[in-house]
Amino acid sequence: MASRVPADRAGQRPASSRAGRGWRVLRRYLPAAAVLVAILAAWELATAVFGVRDYILPAPSAVARALVDRWDGTLASATWVTLTEVLLGFAIAVVAGVLIACGLHFSRIARAALYPWLIGSQTVPVVVIAPVLAIIFGYTLTPKLILVALLCFFPIVVALLDGLASVDPDLSRLMRTLHGGRWAIFRRVELPAALPSMFTGLRLSAAYAATAAVFGEYSGSSDGLGHVMRQAVPQLQSALVFAAIALLSAMSVALFVLVTACERLLVGWAHEGKNDR
Amino acid sequence: MGLPRRDEIRLTGVTRRYGAVVAVERVDLVVPRGRRVAVVGPSGCGKSTLLGLICGLDEPDEGAVDVLGATDPAGRLDRCAWMPQRDLLLPWRSALANAAVPLENQGISRRAARAVVRPLFERFGLAGFEDHRPRQLSGGMRQRVAFVRTFVAGKEVLLLDEPFGALDAISRAAAQEWLRATLDAEPRTVVLVTHDVEEALLLGHEIVVLTGRPGRVTARHLVDLPAVATRRELVASPEFVRLRDQVLAALEQSAGAEPAER
Repeated sequence: MASRVPADRAGQRPASSRAGRGWRVLRRYLPAAAVLVAILAAWELATAVFGVRDYILPAPSAVARALVDRWDGTLASATWVTLTEVLLGFAIAVVAGVLIACGLHFSRIARAALYPWLIGSQTVPVVVIAPVLAIIFGYTLTPKLILVALLCFFPIVVALLDGLASVDPDLSRLMRTLHGGRWAIFRRVELPAALPSMFTGLRLSAAYAATAAVFGEYSGSSDGLGHVMRQAVPQLQSALVFAAIALLSAMSVALFVLVTACERLLVGWAHEGKNDR
Repeated sequence: MGLPRRDEIRLTGVTRRYGAVVAVERVDLVVPRGRRVAVVGPSGCGKSTLLGLICGLDEPDEGAVDVLGATDPAGRLDRCAWMPQRDLLLPWRSALANAAVPLENQGISRRAARAVVRPLFERFGLAGFEDHRPRQLSGGMRQRVAFVRTFVAGKEVLLLDEPFGALDAISRAAAQEWLRATLDAEPRTVVLVTHDVEEALLLGHEIVVLTGRPGRVTARHLVDLPAVATRRELVASPEFVRLRDQVLAALEQSAGAEPAER
């Protein structure tokens, strides 16, 4: 039984210099950045060449100007309000989703009784429920949190439940012969094994969060990026609308990156040897 | 308690069915404490079922299973450690942390558990691989880690289900020799299930031959081999050759016209 030098070691990157690392980051993100720059340039050029009016399609430069001019007073506070809704709502969704998934995993009865209703909860269109929540809770933070959590918890529950259920049954059997009780099996086998699946759900949810928050604000709010858009559209302040959209996108991307970073930290083992994506 | 503590594993008239399939039928088997019994038989003869029944993960439809005095599943689970063909190591844990799992399951802290296991890595030829993840280890190494984990559970009975079946021939030979030396140094009551007759002869004190489906005991052979140093000498000895031939003949007979595997 020769102690083999792991073959994949050969494929791993050598301890690289700072410059090498910088180059890798550049090579990885450069194509996407180039596409963005190309689109913005074409857009700028098109608005100038065809003389498109600002309220129909503002040029990127106009959007940037709006972003800077309206930051203090309008966009800064709106971004803060929406960010709070997104982060708090997402946090509630994660906690609720994990608790619900674990509860359903442990209890067959709970699964039979609640899972159909859980799926049912997703058939309620957010567009319809948002105004109702606004009526009940007024222009407060609560209806937005409910909307964000409602939209975000479901992928987490489904993904985590799936991950917990697809653990190799032989692993659980083995654990039972190694002094492992139900809790030990859950903690040492099922939960770690289900984490990669859960993060798939988390990433999906992260993409929904900002949209849900804006929906909530559209249905009744006194601040937030959705509120800014609702005010700006009738006034034909299209540049401001686009600025708000840009901020929302940035927020979504930031949340996505945050989730991915947590994933790398917690389930790095699942990515070893996989191709970088 | 007034009852004398039974000093053996005893299966009496054990039958197990899965739906319409009879996996094992009226199996009688006795393994005295400290003895190593190898069960050989063609694939699908219910060898693995037998181990599940012994260790309490499964219950017989008929008959009784007694493991060193325990007849209830919990008591049997308490006494038996099971090592399947697949190593079933946890990919997110280092080799050392994998082997420490049985101790952590008993409520021992992570640090203390690893401190207990570390010297075993030296002893079982795994020194230097403590921090490797399973996927960085060769199949033979992984199986060694799995064995250390089984060993650390501190059970009196080891149930080995084709422990080296997934290894290539060369690694398997080395692993068998390693296990034989280990079990000689650390005697345990062992039930080994395999379809590899050489493995059975190398590791068992006694060989039990099962028929094809449904599994039934057809023959028993005592392994009485000369005490020689190496596996190669042993495999070449006339006693070994004769025994292997006897067992292969019993297997062929039990499997009908089909030749025994390997």
